[in-house]
Amino acid sequence: MVKKLINGNYAASYASKLARAQVIAAYPITPQTNVVELIADFVASGEMKAKYICVESEHSAMAACIAASATGARTFTATSSQGLLLMHELLHWASGARLPIVMVNVNRAVGPPWSVWADQTDSISQRDTGWMQFYSESTQELLDTVIMLYKVAESPDILLPGFVTEDAFYLSHTYEPVDIPEQAMVDSFLPPFDPPFKLDVDRPHGLGSLSMPHQWYMEMRYNIAEAMDLSRRRILEVEREWRELTGRSYGGLLDEYGTDGADAIIACAGTAASTAREVVDDMRKVGKRVGLARIRCLRPFPTEELRALGRRVPVIGVMDRCYTFGDGGPLFTEIKSALYQLRDRPLVKNFVAGVGGRDITMKTIEKMFENLLRIGSSGLDREKEWVDLKRPEVV
Amino acid sequence: MAKLPLPAEENLSPGHMGCPGCGACIAMRLALKALGKRTILAIPACCWAVMPGVYPYNSIDVPVLFTAFETAAASASGIRAALDVRGIKDVNVVAWAGDGGTLDIGIQALSGAVERRDDIIYVCYDNEAYMNTGIQRSSSTPIGAWTTTTPGGSTGNWKREPKKSGVEIMVAHRIPYAATACVSYPEDFVRKLQKAASIRGPKYIQVLCPCPPGWKSDPEKTITIGRLAVESCMWPMYEVENGVYTVRKPAKRKPVSEYLMMQGRFRHLKEEDIEMIQKLVDEEWELLLKKEEMSQREKPADSRGP
Amino acid sequence: MRRELRSYKDLPPGPITFETTRGFFKTGSWRTFRPVVELAKCKKCWICWKFCPDVSVRIREDGKGVEFDYDHCKGCGICANECPAGAIQMVPEE
Repeated sequence: MVKKLINGNYAASYASKLARAQVIAAYPITPQTNVVELIADFVASGEMKAKYICVESEHSAMAACIAASATGARTFTATSSQGLLLMHELLHWASGARLPIVMVNVNRAVGPPWSVWADQTDSISQRDTGWMQFYSESTQELLDTVIMLYKVAESPDILLPGFVTEDAFYLSHTYEPVDIPEQAMVDSFLPPFDPPFKLDVDRPHGLGSLSMPHQWYMEMRYNIAEAMDLSRRRILEVEREWRELTGRSYGGLLDEYGTDGADAIIACAGTAASTAREVVDDMRKVGKRVGLARIRCLRPFPTEELRALGRRVPVIGVMDRCYTFGDGGPLFTEIKSALYQLRDRPLVKNFVAGVGGRDITMKTIEKMFENLLRIGSSGLDREKEWVDLKRPEVV
Repeated sequence: MAKLPLPAEENLSPGHMGCPGCGACIAMRLALKALGKRTILAIPACCWAVMPGVYPYNSIDVPVLFTAFETAAASASGIRAALDVRGIKDVNVVAWAGDGGTLDIGIQALSGAVERRDDIIYVCYDNEAYMNTGIQRSSSTPIGAWTTTTPGGSTGNWKREPKKSGVEIMVAHRIPYAATACVSYPEDFVRKLQKAASIRGPKYIQVLCPCPPGWKSDPEKTITIGRLAVESCMWPMYEVENGVYTVRKPAKRKPVSEYLMMQGRFRHLKEEDIEMIQKLVDEEWELLLKKEEMSQREKPADSRGP
Repeated sequence: MRRELRSYKDLPPGPITFETTRGFFKTGSWRTFRPVVELAKCKKCWICWKFCPDVSVRIREDGKGVEFDYDHCKGCGICANECPAGAIQMVPEE
């Protein structure tokens, strides 16, 4: 094991190399660019035995990954924001064709106005595409999760694509010391890609042809649903294996911190969780019982984990770094939906914060916790709140 | 066994869903004869996304990746890359798309793949409109044609713009090999495909495929109409190899009216409209002959670049 | 590979085709006219075979000309139209 000081983007490049990705098709976009630049270097130097396709758009990047994966190669790509949105059509295609493509997305705001800073609208918008979605909190977690995700995605009973996200600049460009695992260790963990079907002239099959309403379309969709449900258990198994090898794990689908006996917790995804951890420590020191539940995996959704948490915690604040217009923060609505079946439901409040990369400070989070503790005794003040918004009443 | 004018091998099964007299079905059958079993196809949305049959049936007896409308070329690039890393060399990778999927929605991916010099054969089977969705205009629809989105009516709003030229766009990319073809000339089409298969890098063949429902023509006349397209120079047959043009000249040029009048899609045209189209075709033909003459004379040693 | 599909459990992992249309889709039922060949006139030029969009013109094993796969021939009439010897007639289906 080598420790290197690298940023999140380079961690993604190293992960694709360690996973022995064979075909990389990618298109540059800020702030993803150095992911693919480093991979291009790895391929050019022969350090990585792979084909790098310099496609002319993200749409073609995903199309080429789909085709390469269908032809039996392990594939990787990386994108961000507008690029991910351009891929959207083909994200559906990849899962429909049951191709275990792995991607890294740098969470960046979508325009207009142009913004290249952290915001989760891009990946949250892909909730219904049949991709597994992981949100990382650290550079090390990003690297480890990419490798783990290949193993989950390629499991014969799963065969679904997945992506790992990193918040723009907070992770993509921030250098942290990262353990780069030994290649032999990763090889022992992740066997070569051996899909049950591939485009093969000796065994010709068509992949993705027409199906009529009375035939098999609906059953194929059901099989995707079943595979996605099965992936919950598989993710935990694979993480357990990884922990045995490396000593590192990240809390499965829902990463809890200080939730035991908590009067209020905040749920969120991405790097804001690190800030929240600090606040939890500080507040706990002065006797305030608060905690954190980090949504590490948005798809599959940690429904059972959240229900278990909802049985124990009376107040949950959900911090969204994006918004679903006409409804609420997407994590907020999803978490509420998971908790609905509980007999005694906790109060749930939505904080919309850090949109378009605005800093989420410890002070901001502390205020949220104070608000939640108040709500616990006096009842919900309002359901949704945009935090640190420049409002006329505070100018 | 009889001596046949084409390879006996059949890699298209009967029972497919093509309309009676479908030119695109002839094109597929011929292409699979020419290229053989060691071929993988990428087929985007188009008639050929539907004609192979409904799941789990498939009339195409080589591997096919069915893919999204604008992705034929990028998909072929992906297949080639995967074969390369797996060390498989003797397989033809073919993008097989209609004219809309090639020259409208798919042109970006096509341009990208050709510029990258990816080793693929791109076949545009050109039936000159969005036929699978019910005859809507594409940029490959010829001037003068009726389609459901160029309906004519009191404004006379049939298609007023000339057909976009796929081969010329490819030549501008300095593609190693580009050619037109027509299903009425099977030996020629088979030869061009086999030639394409022997060249490394991107290859582009645009094969004219008469479409009885879309062209409002008799199914039995598919071959006759294709022949007239070529003989009238409405669809010139030519190849461009490393920038050098070779044009097939009809023994006797026929007037475009003979071609146009066999098809309901041109029935509304007045005499002066036909004259205008004839003039346009004449000009294009002259230009093509000049390109042939010039490129043959100035044969570059190697226009493929370093 | 053959599979009988009864439920979602029988499907392969992914939308992979595994049957040919030959024999399963008898597109011959689309036909209103059928091609009939007069073998005495057949010049064995194989032009009808060359142009058939439906892979339904076959070379006879005895080499005496062509025959038709009526299970699949859609009756487009290209073969009759293109036959230089006039050996193929399109006759109405009963």
